[in-house]
Amino acid sequence: MNNKLKLAVSPHIHSGQSTAGIMRDVIISLLPATIAGTVIFGLRSLLVVAICVAACVGFEALFNFIIKKDQTIGDFSAAVTGLLLALNLPANIPLWQCVVGALFAIVVVKCLFGGIGCNPVNPAITARVFMLIAFGSMTVQAFPTVVDTVSSATPLSLGEGAAMPDLLDLFLGLNGGAIGETCVLALVLGFVYLLVRRVITWHIPVAYIGTVFVCSFFMEGMDFTSALAMILSGGLFIGAIFMATDYVTSPATAAGKLIFGLGAGLITFVIRYFGVYPEGVSFAILFMNILTPYIDSWTRHKVFGVGGKKA
Amino acid sequence: MAFSLHGVHVPHRKHTQDKPVVRMDAPNTVVIPMVMHIGKPARLIVKVGDFVKVGTKIAEADGAVSAPIHSSVSGKVVKIQDFLLSNGAKAPAVVIESDGEMASDETIKAPVVDSKESLMAALTESGIVGLGGAGFPTHVKFNVDPSRIEYLVINGAECEPYVTSDTVTMVERGADMAYALRVLSKYLGIKNVIIGIESNKKTAVASMQKLSEEVKDACTLQVKVLPAVYPQGGEKVLIYHTTGKVVPVGKLPIDVGCIVVNCTTLATIGSYLQTGMPLVEKCVTVDGGAVKNPQNVLAPIGTSMAEMFAFCGGLTVEPAKLIYGGPMMGLTVPDDTAPVIKNTNAILALTEKEARLPKTTACIRCGACTNTCPFGLAPAAISKALEKKDAEALEELSVNACMECGCCSFVCPANRPLVQNNKLAKAFLREEKAKEEAKA
Ligand code: SF4
Ligand code: SF4
Repeated sequence: MNNKLKLAVSPHIHSGQSTAGIMRDVIISLLPATIAGTVIFGLRSLLVVAICVAACVGFEALFNFIIKKDQTIGDFSAAVTGLLLALNLPANIPLWQCVVGALFAIVVVKCLFGGIGCNPVNPAITARVFMLIAFGSMTVQAFPTVVDTVSSATPLSLGEGAAMPDLLDLFLGLNGGAIGETCVLALVLGFVYLLVRRVITWHIPVAYIGTVFVCSFFMEGMDFTSALAMILSGGLFIGAIFMATDYVTSPATAAGKLIFGLGAGLITFVIRYFGVYPEGVSFAILFMNILTPYIDSWTRHKVFGVGGKKA
Repeated sequence: MAFSLHGVHVPHRKHTQDKPVVRMDAPNTVVIPMVMHIGKPARLIVKVGDFVKVGTKIAEADGAVSAPIHSSVSGKVVKIQDFLLSNGAKAPAVVIESDGEMASDETIKAPVVDSKESLMAALTESGIVGLGGAGFPTHVKFNVDPSRIEYLVINGAECEPYVTSDTVTMVERGADMAYALRVLSKYLGIKNVIIGIESNKKTAVASMQKLSEEVKDACTLQVKVLPAVYPQGGEKVLIYHTTGKVVPVGKLPIDVGCIVVNCTTLATIGSYLQTGMPLVEKCVTVDGGAVKNPQNVLAPIGTSMAEMFAFCGGLTVEPAKLIYGGPMMGLTVPDDTAPVIKNTNAILALTEKEARLPKTTACIRCGACTNTCPFGLAPAAISKALEKKDAEALEELSVNACMECGCCSFVCPANRPLVQNNKLAKAFLREEKAKEEAKA
């Protein structure tokens, strides 16, 4: 008999699920939003996407090369970060700012903390917040190129008494905002894909969006339409579906995910109604990212056969 | 029962399920270790040069938790050698050269059973141990106050990929199982029997439904068809899914009124009570991509893997892994001299392709491990606590509840060695405890 026999601890078979496979699914799920953003805001959107993705992947590769770590860009997580970052930026953003944002996301937030799985906060969200503060990028609103700009002001920055944009326009994304955040239809398509592929569960997005809806509903004097406009506006859907569900920075169990979604929803609501910034999604997710280790330790499953329950 | 426990859908690969069991030819030699059960090693009573026959006792049970061992062939004891056990310890093993006759010991006759005591004596002599799992001596398991036994749960949930030896036993040996059930219910007062079988084993379910009719006068046998989700056959999982009872960590099934016995163990009890032939052969699934003709083989205990493979047409390619048991919980062995022992249910020769696992990468905190664990453990957190050698955290995370089923490692997209870490964490806690006791 040969002596090439492998000795190993069980199990000896594997489901075949891989990090790269999951990230590939996330990229696929973001394609509708990418396409919608390009249609709504023009071809420059694609340029922003390309620059962000290339910069994120490039910076990660470079970092790994410099510190002589095994290359990790093959897990596609850097590409996901780049894509998410781009979709959270307006189409008319200066390209050099994209590169700086990517550098911040990948090197500062991800690689310096030890790479995938070790970052305490979501890289794309954190970079978005960084850019907002550093460049005021988000105030440089892009406006749809496919419709006239009059009807397309973002509802979150509307002053008192301004007319609400049409709900259907909001659902289709024909209003101002970041490349990937406006078209709710495309984002929901991506959500369904992620659910079907079992990449994420419904808990965080539903708890998050649901909380914002319920709070707005009461705040708006039980006005259904205004509450609906509130959730369809800004970066709530892209944040709740794609950023808040980032594995690394959100809780593992269903109970933890519900708490995370609820907390993010409350913070978003408070910032939107009472804060100085028109948009609270990024801050809310960032804050809940920081709470995640605590939520995780409070919401572990009860272990079968331990404590309480009588047999 | 409110919820079903989690689990995973493993590939079934039960190629041998519908093939009849084939009895193996007499092997050339058998190697019979003195430890094939949980408890103290059996005490040798033969020496080199002795002639033995099939069923001749070669070792006595040593103490209360132990089991006697019998020769599985007729022939001559040629050697007593050291045998390396899977846990790294050593025990003696008897090497018997077969004369090819397979002649039975003339002294063997059916035991006289007319009371609980005589039944226990017979079970002790039978050498029977739990054939589905760890090899707990059967006579010890049944030797409890009969009033404590609320349910006898028969394990027919053979959830490991490839392995079908229990399934074919249920199909072919219903009569032996019926005999055992009658005797057990008569002398132990067992009234409620539940057999749990997974829904993908249609023929076994049918056979057990027939059995249920047959033993109606002696006990109620409920055939519970369970979803084919791994690890349905895990003892605590099975008890929960058949009776709704939760066995607390560190306790035995009998503490919640249950005795679990594997279906093949039950059939073996039945045949022993009828014939007096102790446990000397075992139905073993021989499979894996490298095996030419996968099938279930009735093999004398002590037969080497090499002879088993040869009997199944040999290996078509160099195997990458040889496994005792199924691919989810089985043990790899370094060479093919490893013998079939009492609780071997399968031997697998996996090809390079079958044995290939994805590369281990960083944990992405996806939560798949904790959301899949049937017991709700948090394997990723356990691995972290182990890295920090944090005994307190490991206790807090109840790592000792882990049954090492492998679901967590199976689903982990980063292919982290979670089961391995859990085993190490348990060993670490044992050491810490020993240290503390030494101090005290
Ligand atoms: S399944 Fe693997 S990658 Fe996911 S949390 Fe558990 S250990 Fe980490
Ligand atoms: S932690 Fe233990 S019991 Fe849970 S899935 Fe992993 S091996 Fe099975």
